[in-house]
Amino acid sequence: MHLKYESQLREPLVYGSKTYHDVTEDIVRPIEAKPSKLWYIGFYIAVALLLFGIYAIYRDVTYGIGQWNLNKTIGWGWDITNFVWWVGIGHAGTLISAILLLFRQGWRTGVNRAAEAMTIFAVMCAGQFPIWHMGRVWMAFFVLPYANTRGPLWVNFNSPLLWDVFAISTYFTVSLLFWYSGLLPDFGTVRDRAKTKLRKHLYGIASFGWTGSTKHWQRHESLSLVLAGLSTPLVLSVHTIVSFDFATSVVPGWHTTIFPPYFVAGAIFSGFAMVQSLMVIVRKVFGLQDYVTMGHIEAMNKVIVLTGSIVGVAYLTELFMGWYSQNKYEGYTFWYSRANLFSPYGWSYWGMMACNVLSPQIFWFRKMRRNLFVTFFMSVIVNVGMWFERFVIIVTSLYRDYLPSSWATYYSPTIWEIGFYLGTFGLFFTCFFLFAKYFPTIAIAEIKYVLKTTGESYKEKMGHLENVDASVFAHSGHGHTLVENSGSV
Amino acid sequence: MAKKKFVVGCFDDEAALFPAVKKVRTVGYKIHDVYTPFAVHGLDHAMGLRETSLHTAGFIYGITGTTTALSCISWILTSDWPLNIGGKPHFALPAWIPITFELTVLFAAVGMVLTFCYLCQLAPFVKKHHFHPRATDDLFVMVIECTSKTNVDDLKGFLSNNGAVEVDVQVAEDGWWLGRYDKEEMPFEQKIVAA
Repeated sequence: MHLKYESQLREPLVYGSKTYHDVTEDIVRPIEAKPSKLWYIGFYIAVALLLFGIYAIYRDVTYGIGQWNLNKTIGWGWDITNFVWWVGIGHAGTLISAILLLFRQGWRTGVNRAAEAMTIFAVMCAGQFPIWHMGRVWMAFFVLPYANTRGPLWVNFNSPLLWDVFAISTYFTVSLLFWYSGLLPDFGTVRDRAKTKLRKHLYGIASFGWTGSTKHWQRHESLSLVLAGLSTPLVLSVHTIVSFDFATSVVPGWHTTIFPPYFVAGAIFSGFAMVQSLMVIVRKVFGLQDYVTMGHIEAMNKVIVLTGSIVGVAYLTELFMGWYSQNKYEGYTFWYSRANLFSPYGWSYWGMMACNVLSPQIFWFRKMRRNLFVTFFMSVIVNVGMWFERFVIIVTSLYRDYLPSSWATYYSPTIWEIGFYLGTFGLFFTCFFLFAKYFPTIAIAEIKYVLKTTGESYKEKMGHLENVDASVFAHSGHGHTLVENSGSV
Repeated sequence: MAKKKFVVGCFDDEAALFPAVKKVRTVGYKIHDVYTPFAVHGLDHAMGLRETSLHTAGFIYGITGTTTALSCISWILTSDWPLNIGGKPHFALPAWIPITFELTVLFAAVGMVLTFCYLCQLAPFVKKHHFHPRATDDLFVMVIECTSKTNVDDLKGFLSNNGAVEVDVQVAEDGWWLGRYDKEEMPFEQKIVAA
């Protein structure tokens, strides 16, 4: 149920005076137009990175993961750092579409589609790391519980690494279903206005024969709401389980109970930063400034400053506990391996602090939150910082373990480990460029749904209501829901 | 699968649609469906559709997932292959909660989406008759099924008087068939007609 009236004090979510048809035109235009030169350049760069990544993986399978510079002490290096980093990024999409749907945040409509797409691509990238880290990747199916003749030998259901298998694959599946079910009506829109035969055919297949029947919409609403309800605990559980990979171990620096909330906050933090990086560019390139407004950008920057500060509190709590616990291993890890700037990896800890805790504080200022250049710059900085965070957690806890004789020398990645990482960027951006060209980047039907409540021109028409006495307003029926207005028969 | 005769009235504003739906129902015409470009809240009530029970199906799928996870894991780890891990109990319920939760969500989501597609008859290569191409753009298309008693001209006039911007009569298939959107032919329906 939505109110027919929204206060003038709230910023419009859709600028300009638009009809339903204008909304369709604006959002479908990039799909129907030829891609720009910029699109081709970006796409080819992404494909080149992807090919380099595929070559790096080919070498990995041929020579083994020793070529990444991993050794017995540092068995997890860039690979698992990148895994956690990508999974974290993959949290914003579902957060925006699910949690903000339950909280009835209207501004999610402008960004949810692109954010969900980003989620799916990020999880695809994340999945590559544990898979290829297995080394003998042709044994990858051993992580699945299935009836077999070796014992029967089952996977260990008590292991956090197996929880991860279930969490990530469930998260990917549910995000994909949520995203695609939302896309059906919009594919129907593209299909029905398609001028070329090929487009009509392909979008016809993609739309599953969507008609827009009222009964279908009713079920669609129910489906979206329940999927949102399911995805909300799911999105929290996924990064919680990723943090269990570390938290249930006995390695100093990993063995902490604050990991789940701290990881989830960090995931939302980095995910929103990635959405900002992409949306700032997409809205400009496709001319969607009326739909992804400064209000949207500002709202996301507010989430960034909130989650960045939560992460900051977690860092300080860890340092405090490193001292307060009086456990010398914990103390050594936190105060020597991490917080000491002059220790071998001190730079990564302070890089993390600067990027994640200090710099986002700039968003306490409204001017900064609404500045596109600052927003884009900060979104990159935040993701660099979040990469440092995972690197700090993984490498600084591992490189000096309980036994000084096994302390590893300075670990740094090889070009093939970096190449693999670049390859996932290639995968991510190849997918994203294709998405931006062939899919409606903004949920058309959802924008139409909020248009007459929060569209700029519609709000202006309701301006006189602002001066109406509250009791008169309540009785005039403006505050009532559509249902009550129309009256059920 | 059968072809039926429909009177189609198109509205360009949902504000005009609601009173029209009400009047059409009061007079006693049978609304086949209303096609809208987005979810118009309250329209299902105005049309007298009953609530969907899709969420109940979702709950059932969810508890199926919970049961599957708990029964499989407890059978595997306590009976089929009980591993002794440092003398800890075989029945380690707390450690199974993450997977149990994930399977609950997975079963509920996959089950619900499949049920949704089944109920709405949505699938790749499925084709249906679309009464107006702008029903997915900016028109609210009310489709009224004609019976032997329906006076088509009266009905058309009635719809125009109640705010319809376009009114026409269509004879159309009301089910679905396998087809392509870039071609007009209906392979399955034609076969039925020939037989």
